[in-house]
Amino acid sequence: MTSLKINGKEYVVDASADMPLLWVIREQCGLTGTKFGCGIAQCGACTVHIDGQPVRSCITPAISAEGKNITTIEGIAPDKNTLHIVQQAWIEEQTPQCGYCQSGQIMSAVALLNENPSPTDEEIDAAMSGNICRCGMYSRIKSAIHRASASLQTSNTL
Amino acid sequence: MKKWTRRAFIGAGVLAGGTLVIGIAIRPGNRSSKVAGLIASEGETVMNIWLKIAPDNTVTAIIPHAEMGQGVHTALAMMLADEMDADWSKVTFQEAPADKEYANFTLLKGFVAGNATFPKFIEETIDGVFLTAVKSLNFQITGGSASVRFTGQQAMRIAGAAAKSMLLQAAADTWKVPTEELTAKNSIISHASSKRSATFAELAPAAAKVNIPKQPKLKSPEEFTLMGTSQPRFDIPAKVTGEAKFGMDVQVPGMKYATIKAAPVFGSKVKSLDTTVSSSQQGVKKILNLGDAVAVIADGYWQAKTALDALPIEFEATENSGLNQAEIMDRYRKAMDADLADGNLEKHFKDGDATKALEQAAILVEAEYQLPFLAHATMEPMNCTAWVHEGKCEIWCGSQNPLGVKAAAAELLEIDIDKVTVHNQLLGGGFGRRSETDVMTQAILIAKEVDFPVKLIWSREEDTQHDVYREATISRMKAGLDQSGLPIAYTHQFIFKHHPPEAADIPYTIPNQLIQYSSPASFVPWGNWRSVDHSTHGFLTESFIDELAHTAKKDPFAYRKTLTKDNLRFQRVLDLVYEKSNWGAPLPANWGRGVAIAQSFGSIVAEVAEVEVSVEGKVKVHRVVCAVDPGFAIHPDGFIAQMESGIIYGLAAAMTGEITIENGAVAQSNFHNYPVTRMNEAPKIETYIINSGNPPGGAGEPSTPVIAPAVTNAIFDATGIRIRQLPISKNDLRASILPST
Repeated sequence: MTSLKINGKEYVVDASADMPLLWVIREQCGLTGTKFGCGIAQCGACTVHIDGQPVRSCITPAISAEGKNITTIEGIAPDKNTLHIVQQAWIEEQTPQCGYCQSGQIMSAVALLNENPSPTDEEIDAAMSGNICRCGMYSRIKSAIHRASASLQTSNTL
Repeated sequence: MKKWTRRAFIGAGVLAGGTLVIGIAIRPGNRSSKVAGLIASEGETVMNIWLKIAPDNTVTAIIPHAEMGQGVHTALAMMLADEMDADWSKVTFQEAPADKEYANFTLLKGFVAGNATFPKFIEETIDGVFLTAVKSLNFQITGGSASVRFTGQQAMRIAGAAAKSMLLQAAADTWKVPTEELTAKNSIISHASSKRSATFAELAPAAAKVNIPKQPKLKSPEEFTLMGTSQPRFDIPAKVTGEAKFGMDVQVPGMKYATIKAAPVFGSKVKSLDTTVSSSQQGVKKILNLGDAVAVIADGYWQAKTALDALPIEFEATENSGLNQAEIMDRYRKAMDADLADGNLEKHFKDGDATKALEQAAILVEAEYQLPFLAHATMEPMNCTAWVHEGKCEIWCGSQNPLGVKAAAAELLEIDIDKVTVHNQLLGGGFGRRSETDVMTQAILIAKEVDFPVKLIWSREEDTQHDVYREATISRMKAGLDQSGLPIAYTHQFIFKHHPPEAADIPYTIPNQLIQYSSPASFVPWGNWRSVDHSTHGFLTESFIDELAHTAKKDPFAYRKTLTKDNLRFQRVLDLVYEKSNWGAPLPANWGRGVAIAQSFGSIVAEVAEVEVSVEGKVKVHRVVCAVDPGFAIHPDGFIAQMESGIIYGLAAAMTGEITIENGAVAQSNFHNYPVTRMNEAPKIETYIINSGNPPGGAGEPSTPVIAPAVTNAIFDATGIRIRQLPISKNDLRASILPST
């Protein structure tokens, strides 16, 4: 048995040595916001944060995350009634289409903005090109990141 | 009476206001029928099969379509609410159950008859006939870019207008005033002179007893309050919090997980299977030989996958086991040659005498094009959860065709269709792939062997290698030009005709045409791929017309304008894209500009691509300008999003998309060898809409067919190299670009 701390909550899970974190999060912890897309770290749909760093949970053994802080899409909002600035920007830009990749997109975007609160288009391209969107909503994702970035500046100066 | 052809739809002005006679679309007499049982809760009033009103004055639109990000739930609810004058903040939706009552007869009617209007005396008979046909076909499809233009126009708007009329009548009867003195606004009916008012909910019980009007008056565009606006989509908030439930996310108590490996060569069978090792692996519940596939059921996907990968499975060799892509294309060529020699070509379109005119032409242009198989690669891999118990079957999936799933399950299990329940979920991409029922069939075959629910999940590899594919094609085109460079003859020989039937038509005025096709044998399964046959013919027609323009030494844009001069809608779309793209303005070295235009699914789309070809032969698409006449964009922001989506989807295919067959099996397996467009490769896209007042056209597909030719025409402009074989990555462009000094 392995103990994992996800979104601040402890989960005791049954993970073999090679079992990816993705399947533990989805099937054993019931957090289905993190998606399976490719299984080989090609599409980014499974992106979560481990100690604040974005990782592809489909190739990350669950046991390697023991003792660390794991954050999923369900855990980024400050509280139940408030969305994360990035989620809010995503709604304002009406970003998703099918939405399947969006948890991963948002997790990558949050990680980017934590490192770099005002990224350029090129920096966004560099940080986000590991996340595939088959609906092709790249321009809206980019706009939403700029919008979130602007909101961050405003909230920081308040 | 108009002829029942798809061409008949041009000119039918549904949006021009007035009445539409489609009484059966809102079939009366259903209030006590099983429809109410399917959709209504305690206290709710079912006004017609598409609409119910709750005691708190909430209006619910019942939408018979699946949501895959195209915003259909929102757009169709807007159409209903607008006609009803409902308060949009109190409007919600419910996806219609997978039930024959909700078979999309308007959609099939739209496909068969176009938007043609019929004389009143025949209307009900037609609808009755269609409804019977649709029910017997179990047709509840989301596809063909059809939801708004058929279901929206012919069911939602009429349902909303009819409900409003019934509410007005109920108020008139209650207050003993003429209906003409009443107004409906924000879900309230008011009588100004007596200062009386009542909510829709208060009037609903009485209104539901009023006869459903057969000719409800529809609004004209200047009366629209919601149609033509961009309301926030219903489905978006849950998609940013992770709460949105896709088929993949279904959790049923007691559920186990399965994964599957189908015979790599299509049509092959399992020859031998040794289950000794894997059966004892941790978490493994059952190993199943399904004949053409092997499945493992386990406590979790990972256990199932690990066990499946370790299974020694031998598949039977078939006649196709040694086949590779080059041989397939060679067979296609030979079949085309034979059909031509034997006079066995099937006729698509003939006008004049193209063969004779070709002989008389001053200049002859010939080209052969080749296109690859394509996979759909939806973001969400195929999956389905099934539970077969007590003579019943429950299915959870994301389907473009839930009623088809229900029928397939009933047939497979040999049970009554009413014993099957389909819980349709959000779709993580459809693009045509999710109109199939193959995955559900597998899930049912697996679930019926155990007494618990099973979620079948395909790996990305399985998804790539057992898709239903866009056809690989070969196309031979010839044209004869007169002294002035204008075409006087056009012949086209292609292979595989699926649908829409008009896809190989050309929009250009050419006097002598002969368009024919062959249907060689193919063992690779075919499926609807976003825009279907338009995805090939858009490229073929628009590449070849570009070749003709350049041969004639004419500007490709001006050439298209000349050859469509009698088509006002084409002219306006071309003019708009010309202006917005700054056609003719200078570009940097090694850059080029290309244009393409096509009509599909009722919308006309022109795109201009700006590309750069590097010294290494790499193509970068910088900018795409898209001009579109969809008749009327019900939800402009959603429409623009669909144009962008269709462009990126088509661009991925044009740049790198290629499925090849090696030893009878698909060679590609995942995004590393079936690459798709990523953010750093995505062009800036600008979309401009013309609301021409024509019947609404589709949104989900029409931007896809023209992006490939717009890009390859731009590559020609930049390099002088004509791309006749897709994907573009197969072509060596290095020699064309000289390093700058």
